[in-house]
Amino acid sequence: MSDRIFGVVGLLIAIGFALAAFAIEESFLSDAVGPKAFPLIIATVLGLSSIVIALKPDPEPEWPALPRLAEVLAAVVVMILYAELLPEIGFVIATAFAATYLTWRLGSGLIASVVTGIGTSLGIYVIFHLVLGLSLARGPLGF
Amino acid sequence: MDTLASLADGFAIALTWQNILLALLGCFLGTIMGALPGLGPSNGVAILIPLAFTLGLGATPSLILLTSVYYGAMYGGRISSILLNIPGDEPAMMTCLDGHPMAKKGMAGQALSLSGIASFVGAFFATWGLIFLAPQLVKIALLFGPAEYFALFALAFMTLGGVSSTNQAKSAFAAALGLGLAMIGVDTQTGVPRFTFGEVHLYDGLDFLVAIVGLFALSEVFIFLERRHGEADASAPVKIGRLTPPMSMLKDTAPTMARSTVLGFLAGVLPGAGASLGSFISYSLEKRLVDKDGKTFGKGDPRGVAAPEAGNNAAAGGALVPMLALGVPGSGTTAVLLAVLLALNITPGPLLFTQNPDVVWGLIAALFIANFMLLAMNIPMVGLFTRVLMVPPRILMPVVAMVSFVGIYGISGSSFDLLVMIGFGVMGWGLRKLDVPLVPIILGTLLGNSMENNLRRAITIDNGDWWTLIDSPLSIGLWLFATIGFILPLIVGRKVKSKMHERGDEEGSISD
Repeated sequence: MSDRIFGVVGLLIAIGFALAAFAIEESFLSDAVGPKAFPLIIATVLGLSSIVIALKPDPEPEWPALPRLAEVLAAVVVMILYAELLPEIGFVIATAFAATYLTWRLGSGLIASVVTGIGTSLGIYVIFHLVLGLSLARGPLGF
Repeated sequence: MDTLASLADGFAIALTWQNILLALLGCFLGTIMGALPGLGPSNGVAILIPLAFTLGLGATPSLILLTSVYYGAMYGGRISSILLNIPGDEPAMMTCLDGHPMAKKGMAGQALSLSGIASFVGAFFATWGLIFLAPQLVKIALLFGPAEYFALFALAFMTLGGVSSTNQAKSAFAAALGLGLAMIGVDTQTGVPRFTFGEVHLYDGLDFLVAIVGLFALSEVFIFLERRHGEADASAPVKIGRLTPPMSMLKDTAPTMARSTVLGFLAGVLPGAGASLGSFISYSLEKRLVDKDGKTFGKGDPRGVAAPEAGNNAAAGGALVPMLALGVPGSGTTAVLLAVLLALNITPGPLLFTQNPDVVWGLIAALFIANFMLLAMNIPMVGLFTRVLMVPPRILMPVVAMVSFVGIYGISGSSFDLLVMIGFGVMGWGLRKLDVPLVPIILGTLLGNSMENNLRRAITIDNGDWWTLIDSPLSIGLWLFATIGFILPLIVGRKVKSKMHERGDEEGSISD
């Protein structure tokens, strides 16, 4: 069933891609092929392979149960927050929080997670910023 | 002897303090990454790319660092295969079969040192193969016009599916998806924006480094979160025992190493096959050749340890041949290395050898140096790496995630790229669940633009005639080879692939 849904979604993507390709505005100065042709070829391959996947599905993959799926989703939300907040609150604080969260969700105890999180953050800061000179996000506190 | 003179120049470039230190660092990090389950050569190299850039390293030093990581990971994969029966990366899968039984018999140290020597033999001779084969391939490649290049790219994509996935439709889907992603951005020939939906950040196109790190490294973090594989699977560490193989064992395995090196190298040169296939066919052939009744293989036969290790390290060298000579990588990790070259504004392919000989020969010399370093590191110091294996994933995986973020942010300093990377991570996770191979996606995003440019150049030269694509015997040959490469696995490949995938239900980002 998963593969059938996947195939249909793939086909929709292919159609969307083809439509977007048709919508490309041609410049008045173009080569013999133009900017549309190759994307249309790709859309065809994408569509055809999606149809084959939908018609000949593989055995069902093992999807995680709902709680584990929520776990992955929560991690994605944390990462998005991390990406957005990184320039606001600075590297060390943001990273300590994100690393603590991930360590905790992977099964460490709460205190151990906080220690690992802060350790990870400081460790990366020292190695990458102080030793290697990489520019990291600077928060209001300067680190 | 032109080649040897160039090689000597290469050594002059590689033997600076900076480059030697970089090679040493690369070998060390590579061995650790190879040994840790969950980190393989491709994502190991991927998360170090940003580091190489922000350190402001030039082309040759960056390549030296990253290929040392690549070779190192090939060595390191065997350590956890032998000690824990968990392959540290996909090419080391076959090493489990005989390596772990040997360790159980109390011969772990001998298995480790023997496989280290086998790795060295494979990689050493494959590097010589690279030296002699690549310039020959360059001579052929100089005959290629845009139409032939287009056919060559098609060949790479069509043969890639034959080995990297059990389902040809899915690898075709993956390749098309990658090519489609490459189309995003301003068209280089006419200047019109494509698939940008008015988002200014997308005008420049998607950065393939962001895609690589997201697909390979972040998706691995999600996989671990989903399974809550927080604990190291290692329970009781096996006793290592004596660290030198007896001379008689080396003598017995010498012919095995020789055969496996040749086979592995050939498997590596084929586009899309890579080191996993190298170790797989070396092991299977050896089993058929020396153990017809199936008495000793799988029960701790030293030859069963030497064959896949020589095979996969030889394939690692072989895979560099098409990457350097044609600009078409032979495996996932060489695709990542190609990304490095492209990001450094160096176009791989036949012109690389004439325009940047310092890069090519410096790199090759560095491979020799790295190889000796790895041999030295992997036999006496193997105990150090076995201790690294005890780091549980619940500490390791957040570090991997954070280093990925740091690296990408270090290149661009934009939150938008981080969001795109998370998007790729989620996509990679979903596609891995659905058994869609990730390597064609990477290859597609990398090669998409030059594939299109070659197509358009070829047709524009011929005034809009599409038949020009199959005009020369060379391009007809390439198309024929591509078609066979695509159809043949449909008929005979299913059996081989299902055998290969039997043990490897977790590959994906740990593939080579």
